[in-house]
Amino acid sequence: MTMSTKQVTNMEQLLEGIWKQNPVFVMVLGMCPTLAVTVSAFNALGMGVATSFVLVFSCGLISLLRKQIPKEVRIATYIVIIATFVTLVDYIIQAVSLALYDALGAFIQLIVVNCIILGRAEAHAAKNPPLPAMVNALGMGIGFTIGLLALGSVREILGAGKLFGITLFGEHFQPWVVMVLPPGGFFVLGGWLLLFAWWARRKNAGPRSPHPNPLPEGEGANVPLRGTSDKRGHHGA
Amino acid sequence: MSDEKKPVKMVVMQPAVTGSGRMIATLGSVTALCGVLIVAVWQWTLPAIAANKKLVLERGVRALVPDAERVTEYDATVGGITPAKGDPVAGAVRFYAAYDGAGKLQAIAAEGAARGYADVVRVLYGYRPECECIFGIKVVQMKETPGIGDKIITDAAFVANFDNLDVALAPDMKSLFNALKTVKHGSKKFGWEIDAITGATITSKAVGRGINDSVQMLLPRLRPHLEKLEKQEKGEEGREKGQNLGAALHSPFPLHPSPFSSQGASS
Repeated sequence: MTMSTKQVTNMEQLLEGIWKQNPVFVMVLGMCPTLAVTVSAFNALGMGVATSFVLVFSCGLISLLRKQIPKEVRIATYIVIIATFVTLVDYIIQAVSLALYDALGAFIQLIVVNCIILGRAEAHAAKNPPLPAMVNALGMGIGFTIGLLALGSVREILGAGKLFGITLFGEHFQPWVVMVLPPGGFFVLGGWLLLFAWWARRKNAGPRSPHPNPLPEGEGANVPLRGTSDKRGHHGA
Repeated sequence: MSDEKKPVKMVVMQPAVTGSGRMIATLGSVTALCGVLIVAVWQWTLPAIAANKKLVLERGVRALVPDAERVTEYDATVGGITPAKGDPVAGAVRFYAAYDGAGKLQAIAAEGAARGYADVVRVLYGYRPECECIFGIKVVQMKETPGIGDKIITDAAFVANFDNLDVALAPDMKSLFNALKTVKHGSKKFGWEIDAITGATITSKAVGRGINDSVQMLLPRLRPHLEKLEKQEKGEEGREKGQNLGAALHSPFPLHPSPFSSQGASS
């Protein structure tokens, strides 16, 4: 009985990142690598796997140490742990494929400041035991990879007429070059978000409100436009 | 469970102040653990990374000099030329001597780099001492606009500029007789001029400038010592090669850097 409930929760943990809270399509987090490296499906996959690796292992370690880490120095500790795993990924990618390393460029190092990872550490790994934390992180990583692949594949197909480097169309295909340029990233991301929003609206007439921080009751409704800056100061503190 | 106690405690003593000793101890031990992890993985991947870099380099040089059997790295400084060790020293120009099976010098390859439209364009060029010319280039890295700037790779007419580019030195051996110059498309007249691509002038100029800067530095240092490179002792290089292969065999990663070409950045 307990086993089966546990299995279900693990499955739910995994699915949360892949579907319900997908970092790219639902939470719209980590847009910097999402837009920058998705010029091809191969780059997208490499970035997704690298980020997932960092996510899973740093969340596991943070969860393991969660009772030892004093609240006051937790962010510093998380960043050190995340930076460590990013450095490991950096070396491993160089050892596996220099071409991928060159293609991803500075975005490998920038995984350190990817908000998905610090967000997971703070919101989930710091409050849960290692196994659920790692499962949840894996789900987020897979969700992020799917998001990147969705962008990377469309951009590579339209912008280069290829998928994973394999030519798809005949000689007469004229590549839609703008798709592999920075604006193409925004176009394709906008397209996917539109598709997801439409699908979610169709599925349940009421919006399922995935945003975790709605304004407190009463306050949000009554705030006059002029006073917003004051009120916001209160919020942040 | 211990969770049941916690809320009670929190009510009694409000914000539990963490001792500074504990904070320092936590940060210190986490950092030490991370340090050990990083160094361990660095040492584990080092042979594979070195083998990968060498392979990419040799592949690049082979693409320029098909009959090259062996490639040796050298550094050219103001004082002369020395076999390369580790990262290039500041002020030194790294170049690669390509030898055929009999140990005879086939060509010299070196890298030029200059700022293009989007980012630095890095080009490997081949230099043949007999004709005092550049006989080919290979773009190592570039992030230029697809369909426009990447014509420096695909445009046959542009690539043909470098089939026989005159880089003869002036009599004083201090600089080129004629500096390389990238000219407007269709106006190339001399052997040292590079015909730019229409619409990709900035990228074309970056290629020309990168090669010119590198050649101007390298050749005055290289020419006086050329006879030192002409013939290569087989034993020495063989041993070095053997070591590298050994390191690669022990590495946990495959030797092939990737199924994709080294221009992955552009695709």
